[in-house]
Amino acid sequence: MNQDVVILIAEDDEGHFSLIRKNLVRSGIFNEVIRFTDGQEVLDFLFDKARAAEPQAYILILDTQMPKVDGVTVLERIKAHEALKRIPVVMLAADDDPHEVEHCHELGCSIYIVKPAEHDDFVDAIRKVGQFFSVVSVPRIGE
Amino acid sequence: MREDTVILIAEDDAGHFALVKKNLWRTCVTSSFMHFRNGQEVLDFLLGKGDGPKITPNTPYVLLLDIRMPKVDGIEVLHQIKADPELRRIPVIMLTTTTEPTEVQRAYDAGCSFYIVKPSDYSEFMACVEHIGALLSLEGVKVPLVYPSGRTGAEQAE
Repeated sequence: MNQDVVILIAEDDEGHFSLIRKNLVRSGIFNEVIRFTDGQEVLDFLFDKARAAEPQAYILILDTQMPKVDGVTVLERIKAHEALKRIPVVMLAADDDPHEVEHCHELGCSIYIVKPAEHDDFVDAIRKVGQFFSVVSVPRIGE
Repeated sequence: MREDTVILIAEDDAGHFALVKKNLWRTCVTSSFMHFRNGQEVLDFLLGKGDGPKITPNTPYVLLLDIRMPKVDGIEVLHQIKADPELRRIPVIMLTTTTEPTEVQRAYDAGCSFYIVKPSDYSEFMACVEHIGALLSLEGVKVPLVYPSGRTGAEQAE
């Protein structure tokens, strides 16, 4: 992943957010991170950026359960948008719901990950996400 | 990822396939792999056409898809998968030598999960595939089933 890719993290839980951010850094990902604490915030940000003149690459880590607008609805709105739909979206869910897994993949999420209940497993999962990010090419929107 | 997840690898270069399989196997030991040598073979499998192997209902699949392949290229395969109401939920990871930004955009616009450029350096390529395998093998990664009702595309078309 190029250094100019901005990582958007939509996560209302403070502890989960800091764990994600810290362990992305520990896996060698030093990209800019922007945090959102509800679904409306991330939609407002992206719909504004969709009109921006400067092309920019984003990857989104999206909690499924958030206040105001939940993550699945955020995913649906992004994937229905002509310019925003190319943004890779990593879903982070609290529990394993096969119908939601199916629904999110139908909507076009890139990967669906259930947050491990054990702290050490959560750390391990995020480090593997970070190492994976290091080899991924991310498209710019607005080009 | 569930142990019964099948990793489909569409790759015409035999050397690249061997490298991908070996290094995925290090991290995804429990999964099975299927190899396709061109875009038509993987479409025939998924759509239940031809004389070759056919997709198994109620199974989670992940597809690693090269772009430059004979007969049908990877972007066309991706378009056909994502246009199908059942097959579209299969996560597709592009694994290709093509670095052009327009190709990256085309692939994401067509609905790929991720686009990964094969490193030209052998050991970097191995490490890259291990990172893919390490992510996919996480227990928390959930891959949807195709045809959970048990019917395949060929049967539905009859």
